[in-house]
Amino acid sequence: MPAMTLYDAVGAALVEEMRHDPRVLVFGEGIATKRHDLVQEFGALRVRNTPLAEGIIAGTAVGAAGTGLRPVIDLLFAPFLCYAMDELVNSAGKLRYMSGGQFSFPLVTLAMTGAGWGVGAQHNHNNEAWFVHSPGLKVVMPSNPADAKGLLKAAIRDDNPVMFFLDIGLLYQPGEVAAGEHVAPLGKAAVLREGGDVTLVSYGKTVHHCLQAAETLAAQGIAAEVIDLRSLKPLDEATILASVAKTGRLVVVHEANRLCGIGAEIAALVAEQAFARLKAPVVRLGGPDAPVAASYPLEQAFVPQAEAIAAAAERLCRPQHA
Amino acid sequence: MTPAQHAIDPRHLLEQMLLIRAYEEAIVAGSEAGKVPGTCTSVGQEAAAVGVVNALTADDLILTNHRSAGHLLARGANPGRLLAEVMGRSDGYCGGRSGSLHISAKELGVVLTSTIVGAELSLAPGVALSQTMLGRQGIVVCFFGDGAACEGSFHESLNLAALWNLPILYVCENNHWQAFVHRREAMSREHVSAFAQPYGIPSSTVDGNDVSAVLIAATAAAAQVRASRRPYLLETWTYRTRGHFEPDDQAYVDQAEREAWLARDPIAMCRDRLVAAGSLSEAAAAALAAKVADRIASALAFAEASPYPAPSALTENVYA
Repeated sequence: MPAMTLYDAVGAALVEEMRHDPRVLVFGEGIATKRHDLVQEFGALRVRNTPLAEGIIAGTAVGAAGTGLRPVIDLLFAPFLCYAMDELVNSAGKLRYMSGGQFSFPLVTLAMTGAGWGVGAQHNHNNEAWFVHSPGLKVVMPSNPADAKGLLKAAIRDDNPVMFFLDIGLLYQPGEVAAGEHVAPLGKAAVLREGGDVTLVSYGKTVHHCLQAAETLAAQGIAAEVIDLRSLKPLDEATILASVAKTGRLVVVHEANRLCGIGAEIAALVAEQAFARLKAPVVRLGGPDAPVAASYPLEQAFVPQAEAIAAAAERLCRPQHA
Repeated sequence: MTPAQHAIDPRHLLEQMLLIRAYEEAIVAGSEAGKVPGTCTSVGQEAAAVGVVNALTADDLILTNHRSAGHLLARGANPGRLLAEVMGRSDGYCGGRSGSLHISAKELGVVLTSTIVGAELSLAPGVALSQTMLGRQGIVVCFFGDGAACEGSFHESLNLAALWNLPILYVCENNHWQAFVHRREAMSREHVSAFAQPYGIPSSTVDGNDVSAVLIAATAAAAQVRASRRPYLLETWTYRTRGHFEPDDQAYVDQAEREAWLARDPIAMCRDRLVAAGSLSEAAAAALAAKVADRIASALAFAEASPYPAPSALTENVYA
């Protein structure tokens, strides 16, 4: 299989979907500059640069999606979404429902976030849970190039607005991507490693930290199962519950602020539906209730690392050592 | 008779204005009686709505806002289905999910209605982009108020529409009120039409209480958008004679200013002119009013008989 970066996998998905459906168009902050190959193949009407004005970019996408086009917009960094909240939350997320189903909004919003570039809190803020809490929106965050391509293709074909988060730290990491048509369904988690002692659930770059932790744990005789959520809404509850039913132990890991994060939802889900199967309390590892610092050591300290994940899992499996 | 022929018959314009007034007065009365939820009326602004909507063709698309009764009824909306929507009933245009503030009626070309002030302006370029890229002839008409003209989305929208050559007729109903604040306190210029010029967008202001003047100005503006496939901004200079939201005692309103505008009531002005010109007898005017009253009475009965949506349908249509 050819290797490509997550950034190039996004480009490959855009090319394939623009060939697949003439209603797909892309616009955003510098996308025609940075992905000039798209302009060359599809022309300046379907690939457009925009003003640095997130509100009108998103509003234009919502208006276009509601009346027949299938836009993909690039708003660059997730904190910039704050300028587009009305358009994404009040319009894209609600106008289908509020109109009694008269409209649908097939629209994908791309935004980067996460540690890796030391860009500070106004370019790095894992705010994906905000959109999970907003009705009508789907939320996706891939952990590897193959999923980025497959999930983006599915997001573009979906008739709902999809928030598609790209992890800055993974953007230029190469990974194998199968050639040809591959659409990864939204709402389906991936079990990346099977194990019977503890379940590690994550998404984005911390999936890789969980896989590293699983290696460490294996050396200690603890078999960890690693689940990559891939999409946060719809959430693949069945895969999480099936794993916890098997292991009885759960560590949920994400880079986003722990407070009211996805981990809280998953912990509550397991408490409500699998309490009797738990052998130990659910543990959540996430960022602190703090903006992200630009300084590299502080940026790294914000993110749950493999050592902390392994230690937490080990405490659950061997409470006598806690 | 085709809609275009209706549009040039001033008696038809008068009838539409009477219908809008009667419809909103029925909501106010129902609200006072506790039978209908409160709403934002457009009383006093009927000519601005009727004049513009009658300048459009069937394939044009309209974006409106919370003060939308005039736009919807002038476009031919069924007042019974509108009242059903206001009252949260199944037969409303949005199945009761909208209520009065964000009624869309796709079948009439009234799309993506939002009550967020300025949202209509943020959505309009995308609707116009669809029209352009999908090869549709219809232009996009975006109704907003002087309040929305003070939102960033107004300026972002005009900039993009000018930049991307989007066929949008922006229609600012400058009704002098931004919720509970007079425009003098909130807007750096008197006229919203002045805001279009820096973007290279042609604009004009018309007496929004003179339905014939609005029709003429809007017809010319729409023709310019059709021909140029570029935006135009028409400001209709009018006045919100009732409060922001029913009920509203309007204690904050300069009564002398309000009285001056009430003396220029768009319906009375139109009727008096038609009577003076011999185009309408007093008896015919009374007959029109009675016909409209009958329609609203039937509409109310229809809405009251319409069932509420079932609680089991609570989460329908969240996702496509």
